[in-house]
Amino acid sequence: MASTSKPVYDSASYRVSAISELKELGKYRYLLGQLIRRDILTRYKRSVLGVAWTMLNPLGTMLILTFVFSNFFKSEVLHYPVYILSGLLVWNFFSQGTNAAISGLVWGGSLLKRIYIPSSVFGVSAIGTALVNLVLSLVPLVIVMLVDGAPFYLSMLFLPVSILLVTAFTLGFGLFISSLAVFFPDVAEMYQVLLTAWLYLTPIIYPESLISARWLPFYKINPMYWMVKMFRLPIFEGRLPNWQEFLPAFGWAVGMLLVGWIYFTSKTEEYAYRV
Amino acid sequence: MSEVKEENIQASTPEPIIQLENLSVSYRLPSERIGTFKEYAIRKLQRKIKITKFWALTDISLQVNKGEVFGLIGNNGAGKSTMLKVISKVLKPTKGRVVVYGKIAPLLELGAGFHPELSGRENIFLNGALLGYSRSEMESVFDEIVEFSELEQFINSPVRTYSSGMFARLGFAVATAHMPEILILDEILSVGDEAFQRKCNLRMKNFQQAGATVLMVSHALDMLEGMCNRIAWIDHGKTQKIGEPQEVISAYRGENL
Ligand SMILES: Nc1ncnc2c1ncn2[C@@H]1O[C@H](COP(=O)(O)OP(=O)(O)OP(=O)(O)O)[C@@H](O)[C@H]1O
Ligand SMILES: [Mg+2]
Repeated sequence: MASTSKPVYDSASYRVSAISELKELGKYRYLLGQLIRRDILTRYKRSVLGVAWTMLNPLGTMLILTFVFSNFFKSEVLHYPVYILSGLLVWNFFSQGTNAAISGLVWGGSLLKRIYIPSSVFGVSAIGTALVNLVLSLVPLVIVMLVDGAPFYLSMLFLPVSILLVTAFTLGFGLFISSLAVFFPDVAEMYQVLLTAWLYLTPIIYPESLISARWLPFYKINPMYWMVKMFRLPIFEGRLPNWQEFLPAFGWAVGMLLVGWIYFTSKTEEYAYRV
Repeated sequence: MSEVKEENIQASTPEPIIQLENLSVSYRLPSERIGTFKEYAIRKLQRKIKITKFWALTDISLQVNKGEVFGLIGNNGAGKSTMLKVISKVLKPTKGRVVVYGKIAPLLELGAGFHPELSGRENIFLNGALLGYSRSEMESVFDEIVEFSELEQFINSPVRTYSSGMFARLGFAVATAHMPEILILDEILSVGDEAFQRKCNLRMKNFQQAGATVLMVSHALDMLEGMCNRIAWIDHGKTQKIGEPQEVISAYRGENL
């Protein structure tokens, strides 16, 4: 009686897992590219300067912060503009990426209710867009370094590894927080407060040397402390991270990615009911 | 003797392409939705979280056969859209089982995946990607989509400048550019002007002749009567009647007089 051909979909044996979602994402890689393209195109479509804003934006923030704080910190840090920008790039990537993951899943939710799409595609494309912006914002960094007369080190060749680490961490965190935001709408609001506090608890604007030795261990609990270090060391101090510096960053990156991905996929079947 | 008889039945038994077995779907009632994290934490502490279920579908069993145009009718809130969602893998059934033997093309609620700032051209690729197609699959049908939707002149303008009928044309053209094994339509065909509606109907007939299965929801009963092989009437999440279009529709009309 029943058809002998293999079903395309059987709800009895269908279960979203961390592995199956990865496969689905592979099948939808064209959508991934399209979403990133859309986000980059539409963000600037009706503006005069277009994509140049991606570079002007961090430059503007950096100029303001430098102007405001350089009197305080100039004596502590030699090339303060380079110091601040190298940290700010990482921070902007993280905060933009995770926020876009939240709004991406909320927007995507209106589609997830209607057609089947692997839900991770929205978070992953959000981080992808932020990654493009991060790479573009290396251009103003180079300009600032030239203007400020800061040295260029060979250790900067380590940056692709740094980018990989912070991307993994941001993706994991973005998936986790966006999943929470589906279930509790006020998580998005609370996250903005958390981000502000988090920024000031990470030595980005102020030099690390200002942190007293007594408090430093607490600062080191913060994963963003290590992510920022992965950029500062090769750009600013001109050396590769040693193992004691690399391993915490690596651990946070891989750990957060795994936790975020597994948590996100474990909730996937509920999203269409909740968004 | 009995062997021959069984073979006969086999030959005349239509091949199922969608099977619903004792399907039930429950939503959480919105009033019970815990909106904020704070609320959740407080209620969790007070052990007051209780989930009230609303059964949108209860114990539905039916079978759609290969090559059929199958209609679903029923009042607002009867559970028709919910049923389509369960079939197209959007919602996992709460109870029971869904088995589908073919690739499904769901028709997006028109324009749901469009980005207003992007051009018609860009939206075609974006929309195709949302439906799970690859770049080459979209490139091969691009010209045909533009031609079918009759938007040649406007294809490079942002879709925020389109009229709602133009939106609908584009949406329909993208979703039906590749003939799917199963086409799912949720109240789609009522948009667009008459000429375009005829065009849509023609395309659906062609699909059907080529062996595709169509599952459609509509409140346009006369249109359904003309198009469908069978119709199911859903009422408050239960199947009231399944059978010949005319019979089911007149029973439905009789009930709702
Ligand atoms: N996400 C949801 N959360 C809670 N209840 C829902 C949700 N979606 C639908 N429902 C409820 O389920 C029932 C069936 O909804 P459904 O959309 O399937 O109806 P329908 O038959 O398609 O109606 P219509 O003809 O108006 O499109 C309705 O009572 C609706 O209130
Ligand atoms: Mg409906």
